[in-house]
Amino acid sequence: MSEAKQYKYIGTRSIRPDGFDKVTGRANYGADMSLPGMIWGKILRSPHAHAKIKSIDTTKAEALAGVLAIASYNDFPSVADEVVATGEGSSNLLDLANNILAKDKVLYHGHAILAIGARTAAIAEQALGLVEIEYEVLKPVLDVNDAMAADAPVLHDNMFTQGLAETPTKASNIAARQEFKMGDVEAGFAEADLIVERDFYTPTVHQGYIEPHACTARYDADGQSMLWCSTQGHFDVRASTAKLLSLNLNRLKVIASEIGGGFGGKTTVYLEPVALILSKKSGRPVKMIMDRDEVFKASGPGSATRNWVKIGAKKDGTITAMQALLHYEAGAFKGSPVMMGCMTAFTPYAVPNMYVEGYDVVVNKPKVAAYRAPGAPQAEYAAEMVVNEIADKLGIDPIDLRLQNAAKEGTQTIYGPKLKAVGLVECLEAAKNSPQYQEALKENQGRGVAAGFWFNVGGQSSVTLNMNPDGTGTIVEGSPDIGGSRASMQLMAAEELGMPAENLKPIIGDTENVAFSAGTGGSRTTFATGMAVIEAAQDVVRQLKERSAAVWNLTADQIEYAEGETFSGDNRMTVAEICAGAERTGGQITGRGNINARGAGPSFAVHLCDVEVDKDTGKVDVLRYTAVQDAGKAIHPSYVEGQLQGGAVQGIGWALNEEYVYSADGHMENAGFLDYRIPLASDLPMIDAIIVEVPNPFHPFGVRGVGESGIIPPLAATAYAVSQAIGLPITDLPCSPPNVLKVIQDNA
Amino acid sequence: MAKIHVNTSINGEVVEFLCEPYETLLDVLRNDLQLTGTKEGCASGDCGACSVTVNDALVCSCLVLGVEAEGAEIGTIEGVSNKDQLHVIQQKFLEHAALQCGICTPGLVVSTKKLLEENPNPTEEQARYYLAGNLCRCTGYDKIIRAVMDAAETMRGAA
Amino acid sequence: MATVIFSGELEKLTGDIRTEISSTVYRDMVTELVARYPALSRQLLEEMAVAIDGVIIVDPLLEELLEDSEVHFLHFVAGG
Repeated sequence: MSEAKQYKYIGTRSIRPDGFDKVTGRANYGADMSLPGMIWGKILRSPHAHAKIKSIDTTKAEALAGVLAIASYNDFPSVADEVVATGEGSSNLLDLANNILAKDKVLYHGHAILAIGARTAAIAEQALGLVEIEYEVLKPVLDVNDAMAADAPVLHDNMFTQGLAETPTKASNIAARQEFKMGDVEAGFAEADLIVERDFYTPTVHQGYIEPHACTARYDADGQSMLWCSTQGHFDVRASTAKLLSLNLNRLKVIASEIGGGFGGKTTVYLEPVALILSKKSGRPVKMIMDRDEVFKASGPGSATRNWVKIGAKKDGTITAMQALLHYEAGAFKGSPVMMGCMTAFTPYAVPNMYVEGYDVVVNKPKVAAYRAPGAPQAEYAAEMVVNEIADKLGIDPIDLRLQNAAKEGTQTIYGPKLKAVGLVECLEAAKNSPQYQEALKENQGRGVAAGFWFNVGGQSSVTLNMNPDGTGTIVEGSPDIGGSRASMQLMAAEELGMPAENLKPIIGDTENVAFSAGTGGSRTTFATGMAVIEAAQDVVRQLKERSAAVWNLTADQIEYAEGETFSGDNRMTVAEICAGAERTGGQITGRGNINARGAGPSFAVHLCDVEVDKDTGKVDVLRYTAVQDAGKAIHPSYVEGQLQGGAVQGIGWALNEEYVYSADGHMENAGFLDYRIPLASDLPMIDAIIVEVPNPFHPFGVRGVGESGIIPPLAATAYAVSQAIGLPITDLPCSPPNVLKVIQDNA
Repeated sequence: MAKIHVNTSINGEVVEFLCEPYETLLDVLRNDLQLTGTKEGCASGDCGACSVTVNDALVCSCLVLGVEAEGAEIGTIEGVSNKDQLHVIQQKFLEHAALQCGICTPGLVVSTKKLLEENPNPTEEQARYYLAGNLCRCTGYDKIIRAVMDAAETMRGAA
Repeated sequence: MATVIFSGELEKLTGDIRTEISSTVYRDMVTELVARYPALSRQLLEEMAVAIDGVIIVDPLLEELLEDSEVHFLHFVAGG
């Protein structure tokens, strides 16, 4: 990899190549595609949080004029209890199918049961009202404690807890147990002068993307199918949809529309297989869009958790032991990210004695989906709050305490390997030297510090760089652009080719015209797809040299390349000249990069939050906020800053206001943006984003993904600031006015 | 129910359409007139992604009925730029990277244009409160507000 | 001889924390481990990612192991 050098294109703040379309409204998102003859699909959803379906009668619905098709679980050709590769991980196919259209049991308020395709959305809605369903209503469980109780109603008769010494014979709501350990925590606690332990609660939250799930599907008479959908991974949509509908992969073309936010929530499928079934049965293209309340009630939220953390330290600040017990809600089907919570909770610390136990628990709420660093925010919230409390009680500055115990290159992680080069120390130092940290606090104000760790992933990306006869080129890649990544692809290709960025146009191919690419998520795109872009560009350079060699009657190793030109001695050719003559030297040039990227570098983050609390109302105002994060190398600094700021604000929302509110019978009561309160422009100050660059040695430019780590520190940074402002411990999120007021009044 | 015939003007052009009485202006723009630049985020007036102007008033088009467009002047995102010339606001959004996924951007551009018509010299606080009805989940608003303040300054300079 | 370090569930299945292997390629290492520990299966191990000297590799089939390489098995991490 290159040493720290002056780059010409990367590190500049170019205008994103898709920008014109985005600011004019021309960009086409999931709901923007219409086809001739198109009909509308709507889903009938369970009014109960937990019930058996006794009977369904669709006669009246089918008789309504304009109704053309009805889809139910029985329309899935065959669903096996197997695991299918989706996202960067995998899903259980049976659970996925059941979540998309319930088979014989509904497991949450809003659970999809069947879908109706009709000439207009209004007719489809009307038809839903004519379906007659008989339910046997069951008692729901809405909290991990209720779900784990001995006499709890069981969601799945075939759920026997995995990961115990002996697999139980009695079904329960505990899907699995995880355990990670290192050293000897008991010995570690024995060495400690101070031990702090606390229980924490975080509520169910939603990723909150402004664009609802949407797709247009067309199933053609010869079995070819097309899906246009808003997704973070169109190859994953193809994989799961084809599996559910028993289609060969080459029969289903998936086109990723522009996407209006995902944050992990659009790495799975809800509407897409259903729309295809309706299209097949009606013989018409079908559009399906979720209403906002459907998005909240029936698309994957982030897990609510109950986490216990215990940390021991010597009076000089050396942390001697760290222990946690994590309980994560999976929603209606198994698979919360509790394992990643276990793996990340204490990873910012070089402490030899750690023990983390985690439980994956089902409850009668929507099945959770990935949410930005899935599993990490909840576990690290608990850990960071206790670390802050220890710093406070020992009289040590919270940044200094972290510096003293910071994970570095070579630190042993709880999940196995030792860390390679990482930038936590640099982030802590940048936070300590930041303007915010020098500001004095006044009465009723408080400050919180928190660190965050996320692994980042690599994975499969494919790119072709197709050169044109005029020397410009098209970068064809397969990563849906959720945050401006096309700008970075353009800059990386420009740097490698030594050509202006605007000569190279990045586009996102569909599943038929770009080779396999894993989804956009896991902070992988600038890293892995970037590497594939660089490889494709290097392939182009190699061919440019070969063509020049042919023209000059030399060998390729005698040719040099720089700044968009090949040269050898007095001979010189520009890329444009080589491409103009390419037809006569072997045809137009295409470069290729197909990789399964490895060596993703973790990104550490450190945040500072200053708040003021109105003790009469419990309202929290964020006064100042600084987000520091290690980007390895910021290809486009503005979009890196954007990730830091966006993650911070989602985390602030998680800390201050966001939560699913449920009635006793399991109905979500705040399924809209009015009452599911995400941060507004008027809630916030400017977010000071500080980019630290400790290069990742495994990427040609040193890139580390930055998309996810930024959501981790704000939970503790904000909540601890609140506790400092009111002089009382905070454990439960959100720190909404009534909750903060209650803490104040209970301790008056 | 029979559809209702509506005569209106959109971005300065005479337009007529048929719509159901229950259709919102948002439905009409997107589904009947193929003007998909205006986005639906919530259909309940909480997110601002569907912001348009009706007789120069800034509204959520999901809270206006299609039939209310009769005789009115509607302004949508499609009317902000002038052929291939971006409005200063749009240009500043790009320069400041004030968008990531871009779904909130059309609504924000329309709202910002109205803000700066009403108040060409807003403070940061005034800008934040005026735009509080436009939700963004990606950016944390920092770069949006910087773009708005910069656009305001540029437009004052050009005036 | 490269070293394989077991944690969590693999430690429970094998009863060992670490073991040395003579294989120099991942695929052969899996064969060696499955032969040594009856509770391990090829399928179980190949479903996991490996970290070889700290670098997480999801497609390790032909990956070479050096004299002093350290190998950890990990479950796949999924992002959002």
